[in-house]
Amino acid sequence: MQHSKTQDTLVGFFVASGIAALFYMALQVSNLGSYTSDDSYTVYAHFQNSGGLKVKSPVNVAGVRIGRVSAIRLDRDSHESIVEMRIESQYNNLPSDSGVSIYTAGLLGEQYISLDPGSSDEFLKDKSTIDITSSAIVLEEMIGKFMLNKAEGK
Amino acid sequence: MLQFLQNLGKTTRSSFAKLGRASFFLSHTLTGISDVLPRPNLLIKQVYSVGVLSFLIITISGLFVGMVLGLQGFNILSDFGAEESLGVMVAASLVRELGPVVSALLFAGRAGSALTAEIGLMKATEQLSGMEMMAVDPIKRIISPRFLAGFLSMPLLAALFSAIGIMGGHLVGVGMLGVDDGAFWAQMQASIDFQEDIINGVIKSVVFGFVVSWIALFEGYDAIPTSEGVSRATTRTVVNSAFSVLALDFILTALMFGDI
Repeated sequence: MQHSKTQDTLVGFFVASGIAALFYMALQVSNLGSYTSDDSYTVYAHFQNSGGLKVKSPVNVAGVRIGRVSAIRLDRDSHESIVEMRIESQYNNLPSDSGVSIYTAGLLGEQYISLDPGSSDEFLKDKSTIDITSSAIVLEEMIGKFMLNKAEGK
Repeated sequence: MLQFLQNLGKTTRSSFAKLGRASFFLSHTLTGISDVLPRPNLLIKQVYSVGVLSFLIITISGLFVGMVLGLQGFNILSDFGAEESLGVMVAASLVRELGPVVSALLFAGRAGSALTAEIGLMKATEQLSGMEMMAVDPIKRIISPRFLAGFLSMPLLAALFSAIGIMGGHLVGVGMLGVDDGAFWAQMQASIDFQEDIINGVIKSVVFGFVVSWIALFEGYDAIPTSEGVSRATTRTVVNSAFSVLALDFILTALMFGDI
């Protein structure tokens, strides 16, 4: 088999397109392109029940994503769930009396945190805690209550 | 009955002997790779015949698989009003499973069978023994470059397959069926994890490339040096590769995605 210049070019093209496909998938398809860098600050919130919230769930204000949940753990003393959020530092003017609630996107969708800005002149800082929280609505609990009410009403 | 036992023992022994020969062959091939690296021309020639010539079948199949996923996914997801999840469905199924597996099966059919036939014919026409007579190790000179080429081309082909498949899904979903463009990409980016999905898919294709190249080259090298023997070896390559790829895929998926 004769080894030619065209072959070299075609092999080069093949390898380049394969690597380009990998880069395409890394940046366009996966979450690598939308990773928040270290350019963010941490805020905590205590919830009675954080429901189906997961690490990496979005944190929204008025429907715009401003950060992600970075950790969820249980407070050993109060048995509440502590949700740690990383907020992008360009949004550093959130009032300190803002409230957070856990909502579900659609009926069966993913759960996310919605932050309702307050009116205070002070802003949330790194490692500050949000006091006004409302827990996740657990669908089974609601259905259970509804059924109980229905049964009692009879 | 005695005959049956005799045959059973014979088959078992010969299959173990074959596995042993295959293992020796593999270790010999792997040690031969160090001799390939100083001579990249050998490798480039093989990457051409193994990778570049498979390029067309991989890209066209990827496009059609992606388009079919887009159509089928849309039909099912629109029943639940979740058409926006089409991007996730297409991307996840391609990156995790279909990309590595289907491209490995196509690779076995396109490149693996060609490798087996080439090596088998070299053996039948006594080119390999001729090399040995000239004190050239045929495994180092012939097998190792082909093995390395298959091993390197497979992940690239699988990545191409997945990427073009996703574009095909986008073409059908967004272009023809009217799924929202932003939601298609945004949901995909939110659900596909770089390490969990893409890196694991690449690992799968590396493993498949290794196994398919090994099987193809060994079957050619171990073929009975007649025209019938070569044709049987080629068939065995495709059958054994398909079987190994699918079985290994289950094991790898269980290790990567199943919390066992």
